[in-house]
Amino acid sequence: MRAPPTSSVTGGIAALGFVALLAVGAFAGLLVEGGRDLGNALASFDAYLLRVARFTLWQALLSTLISVGPALLVARAFSRHPAFFGRRALLMLFALPLALPALVAALGILALLGRAGFAADLFRWLGGGQWPGIYGLSGILIAHAFFNLPLTTRLFLHALDAIPADQWRLASQLGMGASARWWLIEWPALRATLPGIAGLVFMLCLASFTIVLTLGGGPAATTLEVAIYQALRFDFDPARALALTALQVGLTVFVLALLLRLGADLTGDATLSVSARRYDRPGRFESGFNAAAIVLAAALVAGPIVAIVAAGLQADLLRLMTETAVRDAMTTSLVLATLSAGLCVALTLSMARARHRLAAARRGSRSGFTERALDGGASLILVIPPIVIGAGWFILLRHAADVFALAPVMVVTVNAAMAIPFAMRAIRPAHDDAATRHDRLCAQLGIGGFDRWRLIDWPSLRRPLATGFAFAMALSLGDLGVIALFGSDAVQTLPYLLFQRMGSYRTADAAGLALILALLCLALMMIAERLGGRRP
Amino acid sequence: MSHADQAKGGADVVLDGVTFAWPKGRPMHFDLTVPAGEILAIMGPSGSGKSTLLSLLAGFETPTAGTIRIGGEDVSLLAPAARPVSMIFQENNLFAHLDVAANVGLGRSPSLRLTTEDRVHVDQALARVGLAGKERRLPRELSGGERQRVALARVLVRDRPVLLLDEAFASLGPALGDEMLDLVGGLHASKGMTVLMVTHDPRDARRIAPRTAFLEDGRIAATGPTEDLFAATRSAAFGRYLGEGSPR
Repeated sequence: MRAPPTSSVTGGIAALGFVALLAVGAFAGLLVEGGRDLGNALASFDAYLLRVARFTLWQALLSTLISVGPALLVARAFSRHPAFFGRRALLMLFALPLALPALVAALGILALLGRAGFAADLFRWLGGGQWPGIYGLSGILIAHAFFNLPLTTRLFLHALDAIPADQWRLASQLGMGASARWWLIEWPALRATLPGIAGLVFMLCLASFTIVLTLGGGPAATTLEVAIYQALRFDFDPARALALTALQVGLTVFVLALLLRLGADLTGDATLSVSARRYDRPGRFESGFNAAAIVLAAALVAGPIVAIVAAGLQADLLRLMTETAVRDAMTTSLVLATLSAGLCVALTLSMARARHRLAAARRGSRSGFTERALDGGASLILVIPPIVIGAGWFILLRHAADVFALAPVMVVTVNAAMAIPFAMRAIRPAHDDAATRHDRLCAQLGIGGFDRWRLIDWPSLRRPLATGFAFAMALSLGDLGVIALFGSDAVQTLPYLLFQRMGSYRTADAAGLALILALLCLALMMIAERLGGRRP
Repeated sequence: MSHADQAKGGADVVLDGVTFAWPKGRPMHFDLTVPAGEILAIMGPSGSGKSTLLSLLAGFETPTAGTIRIGGEDVSLLAPAARPVSMIFQENNLFAHLDVAANVGLGRSPSLRLTTEDRVHVDQALARVGLAGKERRLPRELSGGERQRVALARVLVRDRPVLLLDEAFASLGPALGDEMLDLVGGLHASKGMTVLMVTHDPRDARRIAPRTAFLEDGRIAATGPTEDLFAATRSAAFGRYLGEGSPR
């Protein structure tokens, strides 16, 4: 195009500036406080802090190992058996954890394996006495595996599906056995994706907050993020929070840099698998092994989900629904999530639009700073965990205002920023595609401003925008990060209320709320999926 | 005679020392005068600047030096929509989510607020290009040739004195391409607009363009009557482009 239409670029820079302000404000809060109390902040680098850092890394490492290792076997099993009854249903089951809020999953695992869970009942009935429960490292690992094993399986399966059918024809012609296939065909394909996938899981576990908060069960099993929350919410020790945050951000950046050096692609995406037809049948032993792998993985995923439903149905759902606190929390949650999703989609669209305009204006020369900033800005938020942003603003604002009154603003903005990378994946390809087709034509015909939005952009971007909106709304609806810091009796979201009921041992209520929350998020995710259409 | 066929005449097109360069590309330099109402074919190897020339005229690119005059007026700095020019691309001439009538109507009003008179003109233009009765179709329900006919109908309702065709019919195949060229020829006969037509097929040039400009390396290497260019007097460069030893 000629000169880039400046209004869209300005809009994109404004959106990026907003996200940057959110991050910079948080760091400013921490630095101002740290500068005021430098001695204390430095003194906070004590044995406790190092122990927390060590545990953070240790649990992330173990979680990655127990998710990625078995996933290799499960993905291979699915790929070896491209057609069996229930395969599609199982793969859809494996997509389910992604749609569930971490808090709900944690509750499901507690309902299944906790001291008062279904497993404990069975254990007692069998005469085993007191069930030990799963608080601590084991609970965290199971929850992380619940989320990441199915995700990883789908990603690995995607890699296996990408192996050309000719290679399988060749393999059967050459008479390769199972182990030859593994070493010569399957493992090389998996190994190429391994660093990226393992890195993604490690990053997710490193920044895990809700799972550790609900299942960690004490100072022995605390991660940096949970320690930040405790330092602010319970001990009110900003100096310590600053030290913890610095360490968390440092660790994240370090790991991310390491992963980028390894050439990892951190944008995991999985579609429903269509494995190529195989020209031989796995032997009886291999089939049995594969079946076992699939059944065990399915049990890991289905167990907590069934427990959520079973425990939720035991709760007095009718009474819960009529309870004022519950209804208020639900209204608050829906309003905040709607605002947050709207803000997220607006920010994402502005950034995508400005980026595209700049890319078109430079006509194949090197991308400028603004364009690269717009590219990076979208994923910036992945490096800075929401709890850190929340913490920074909490510290910054506590002198100026009543932080708890600011809860709605913080929840809406931070959750919106958090969802940008995901909304970007839904919106940017469709936007760029439409813009490439329409820009010249609109310039030629003089279609601009609101007319362009009304006649051209909205009709062609409606569906991807709705997908991004539903996704962002589900993320915001299920988030416990920011509201855990800013929540109070005055402003309660559904996850916050759920967490409170858990804390006061009203387990049945918590289970009922978890079921409601799960259904809400699931419905939104299904809408997002449906609107997104069948991606190729 | 319907409104769409009222003769209005073309405007002369002048590129006066127009200079332009793509990033990391060699500078291009165009000097060209096209009299009002002429059909000029523009030929040349890929990368020689044919499409760039049309983009400069349409206003999608801005020259670094020189002026572009259409009908005597300097349009070098005007936005694409403000220039007295319509352009048809090889593809993506239509909005996929809008029906045929709306796609044509946008040529009359970019906000698609059409008067009854506008609608009559749209229908007449569609009838003129042979698409009567297909007003409510979506572009995906049309053939490739029909989609370009819709674009031509929009050119009719826009009624600008200059028409630019950027290999508009190249993907249609010989028979259909000829049909479309004849349609353009017919529209030209009734409206008299100036037509600049980029093509890679010498047959296209000979079919409707009395004059041809030959581009090489970002400048106009030769202009002249189309038949002369194809005859023995052709330049060495044009011979290379056509392929020596295969006179057509």
